[in-house]
Amino acid sequence: MATLFQRRRNKATHVERVREQKHEGFLRYAGFRWAKISGALCLLIIVSYALVDVTPRHNGGSWYGYTLGTIGALLILWLTALGYRKRRMTSDYWSLKAWTSAHVYLGLSLIVIGTWHTGFQLGWNVHTLAWVLMMLVILSGLYGVIVYATLPQALSNNREQMTQMQMLEAIRAFDRQLHTAAQPLSPADTAPVLAALDEDPFAGNMVTRLTGRYPRCATAAALRALQSRRGGDAEIEKVVGLLQQKEAALTRLRKHLRIRALLEIWLYVHVPLTFALIAALSAHIISVFFYW
Amino acid sequence: MSEPVKVAIIGSGPAGLSAAARAGQLGLSHVLLEKTDHLSDTIFKYQKGKRVLATPERLDLRSDCRFAEGAREYILGNWDEDAANNKVNVAYHADVVEVTGEKGAFAIKTAKGDVIEAENIVLAIGTQGNPNRLRCEGNDLPHIIYQVDDPEDFKDKHITVVGSGDAGIENALGVAEEALENTVTILNRSKDFARAKAKNVSDMMEAGENGFMSIRTETQPKKVEPGWLTLETPTGDEKIQCDVIVARLGSVAPRTFVESMGIEFTGPDREAFPKLSPTFESTVPGIFVIGALAGYPLIKHCMNQGYDVVEFINGNTGLTPADEKDLAAVFATLPQKKPVSEWLEYLRERVRIFADVSPLQMREFMLDSKVAYYAKGDVVFEKGDPGSSLFAIADGHAEVEVGPGITVPIEQGSIFGEVGLISGRKRGATIRAGADGIFVEVSRTAALKLMASVPGAKRVIERISLERQLLQIFKGGLTVEDLQGVVDEAEVIRVPAGKIVLTEGEQGDDVYVIRSGSMVVEKDIGGKPIFLRYLPAGSFFGEMGVLSGQPRNATVKAAVGAELIKLTGEGFRKMLDARPQVRAATEAAVAERAQMNDFIESRKASYSSAVDLYSDTASFIMKEGLGEATDALLIDENLCVGCDNCEKACADSHEGLSRLDREAGKTFAHLHVPTSCRHCEHPHCMADCPPNVIHRGPDGEVFMEPGCIGCGNCMRNCPYGVIRMEAAPPPKPGLLSWLLLGKGPGPGEPSPKWTKKQLGDEKPKKIAVKCDMCKGIAGGPACVRACPTGAAIRVSPEEFLSIARLDEGTN
Repeated sequence: MATLFQRRRNKATHVERVREQKHEGFLRYAGFRWAKISGALCLLIIVSYALVDVTPRHNGGSWYGYTLGTIGALLILWLTALGYRKRRMTSDYWSLKAWTSAHVYLGLSLIVIGTWHTGFQLGWNVHTLAWVLMMLVILSGLYGVIVYATLPQALSNNREQMTQMQMLEAIRAFDRQLHTAAQPLSPADTAPVLAALDEDPFAGNMVTRLTGRYPRCATAAALRALQSRRGGDAEIEKVVGLLQQKEAALTRLRKHLRIRALLEIWLYVHVPLTFALIAALSAHIISVFFYW
Repeated sequence: MSEPVKVAIIGSGPAGLSAAARAGQLGLSHVLLEKTDHLSDTIFKYQKGKRVLATPERLDLRSDCRFAEGAREYILGNWDEDAANNKVNVAYHADVVEVTGEKGAFAIKTAKGDVIEAENIVLAIGTQGNPNRLRCEGNDLPHIIYQVDDPEDFKDKHITVVGSGDAGIENALGVAEEALENTVTILNRSKDFARAKAKNVSDMMEAGENGFMSIRTETQPKKVEPGWLTLETPTGDEKIQCDVIVARLGSVAPRTFVESMGIEFTGPDREAFPKLSPTFESTVPGIFVIGALAGYPLIKHCMNQGYDVVEFINGNTGLTPADEKDLAAVFATLPQKKPVSEWLEYLRERVRIFADVSPLQMREFMLDSKVAYYAKGDVVFEKGDPGSSLFAIADGHAEVEVGPGITVPIEQGSIFGEVGLISGRKRGATIRAGADGIFVEVSRTAALKLMASVPGAKRVIERISLERQLLQIFKGGLTVEDLQGVVDEAEVIRVPAGKIVLTEGEQGDDVYVIRSGSMVVEKDIGGKPIFLRYLPAGSFFGEMGVLSGQPRNATVKAAVGAELIKLTGEGFRKMLDARPQVRAATEAAVAERAQMNDFIESRKASYSSAVDLYSDTASFIMKEGLGEATDALLIDENLCVGCDNCEKACADSHEGLSRLDREAGKTFAHLHVPTSCRHCEHPHCMADCPPNVIHRGPDGEVFMEPGCIGCGNCMRNCPYGVIRMEAAPPPKPGLLSWLLLGKGPGPGEPSPKWTKKQLGDEKPKKIAVKCDMCKGIAGGPACVRACPTGAAIRVSPEEFLSIARLDEGTN
């Protein structure tokens, strides 16, 4: 209850709270603010590269190259800090959406900053290694942006208001019903059903998870085996019906897991490569100063 | 028959025990009647090790028995000792069935047939009542229990729940939780579950279909044996394994018993309490009522009353109640100095709504109220401030700012702020003190209690609020006198969610003002209802019919349960005729609405599918209860990548517990309403909070202040399932030591496994946990700040429809 007496006392200390109200995605954030900033930065670099006359030619060691290199290295460190920002719940106002937006567009601008920093001199050395790692990080990030922009809808459509736990529970419920329904079956018919009951919905390697194809699915196998035995037997019909329902539930869960895996897999490339990049970058910077 | 005693105390809970201890100390002849074989049965039945809290903290304990926060065993142990030390004369197994006689010579009959004679009776039986018992062989076995405190106490057991009311179903669902691996059976004597809430029945049916419990209808227990239960089923007897029987067969409410003694209650509704004098004496002289039955559910209140009531009986009329100090503090800031009793009398004489309030009620209301002195010109509250308290003018007068530089006075004795109280909306106007004076601010809970228990106060508040609401809506120099006719004929009607109030095409000229809740306006276009508008509390509709005489041009139905004030067209027309300016203003408003209708209709032709979707989305939002929300979290599933950073941020911004469940909840057109607090206009959770710790904060948030006793009422009352009962996990290592060294569980709510490992055998008290909209955090709600893609948004009803508009992309 808003009692005015408290409010009066608190007036001096009452901090105006910030309220994020705009409904816009991270790519559109603030009218593409960071896209504009990043684009302008790239344009500035490309134009000034052409206009500034560095002797004997553009390379990483010129004053111009050092400038770009410094900007690039600091930017890389700042971009890495997103991982910290995301998890650090301080009470001041910040928007992770704004950070993501800046991360994406400034990250993309590194293509220009980094490449133009090299003066297009690439070779088989630690310097180029750092550049290659940087490009790989950016590429994996680009994949991330694409899946973030396209997959959420599919994730939402597939789950149809169910949570992952509910999907699992649905499968377990079919398992329990199958267990009861399969009791009157002959041992030969029960075997594939038992195999289907033993199946772990989470089993499978990364490839099956990412492709969503499960060729050795025990439920599908049981369904095939029992479908061939159909023919008026009410008990088998009941089990087949349950198996079909379980398969549908499994398909939904697998699709859910597949989309989630696709949304996450790139981070397992993006983040480790970032650390490799920082290591290569350190080697690159140290070696440059060592051989000055 | 034994010697007559000075006082017989019925019920050995905190109130009765404290009374008996006082009697023992004073050397009064007394007897404490307890129907079981131990003291304080309600607390005795708490689960083992349960922590009992000692709220309210500011209240001093005045009793010969000790009481401080602690485990159930510690408290009961203390009380057993205190009972012995104070020479309390306890009669166990004394279940009182009848009280006859009058002051000085009461006869109390127990179930065993004993008769006890007493000069005075203190009734401290609480509100639990007697649970109905099983009526079959073996019904006295110890594995039959009548309540489930914590479902987690049962693991890998065969449990049979008898009774199909809400309590039985909720208990069955609790113990049927999959992780507990119990085998649960619920029995119902009849075919259907007519007595339970639809939600509970559907949850139970779902659990049955999923194999979590077996539901047996037309079945009842026949014989109870250790480990086994014989059932009587339509197809003959059947014996099932059974380790625990939970019997939830309802209980005999104590009210019937109390009324049989001739004690009158304040009203017929369930919330009514016995009528009491300042010394707790009921309408039957010589019978005193204290504790939960008297309307004081907290242990400390009960114990203090036990002490006081025996002092009163002993003739100590000069005793001031233990809350005297707190009441003195309420009046301490005022410029004049008076004793508390004089202040209470002063307020009762000068404020209209307090006129019918008894001195005992007055003390209680004032504890929940504030009294302050205002100098002329001081702002009491400003337009747009959130707030639901009621103000009364004890001295001086207030001035309402109805327009720039225009003020309307409110005289001494009257009230203001009642619109916020009734509608839950923000303050409609700025109010200043018109002269140096004293205003009383009554909290929402206290004001609602006042209205429920004092009919006179309710009438005054309703009449004034109706007049004010109308004045505020139909501006233009209208006075209270102009409204007389309209108000006299006005009628308050309640409509359930979804009910149609006006039907398009019908004739009619009644005008409706929305007092609480909200309405949606729809128009039939091409055979489909098209959503036109959302009408919040404080708006009116139906006026077009009066002005134009045409049939209704749109359908209006309730978005949520609502209260409407129905004004007759005749009275409304007279009022308009009396004030031409009001008529002009109303006509202008009508023209604006008509324009909007035409606009929608014209767009409909060109963007029919878009308008359909807009309309469907809007009705989805309403159906999800957001019509009564003031601020809700929505997730745009076109953007949500499922990272759950919102949940982690929520947990890390609070005590390690997340107050939202992102994945759960309904979705429509990719707009997802997660399980998280909507900060309702009329929070259901506030309805029944014994320590009264749920409040609305300055930013409109509904939050809980410390002091929760863990009763779970709010969780059960919340229709959206957003309140959890959970104990805060122990602190975890910092973010850097997790990132760099892998210490601790990482960001977000730690897994129950980790928490359990940290705590060992300790079982901390579970209290209610709900969203507080990140109260006190300058950055605002953490869920929204921590969303990397912008999928999480917080919106208020006015903004819902802009969210539902689909003509702008968001990606």
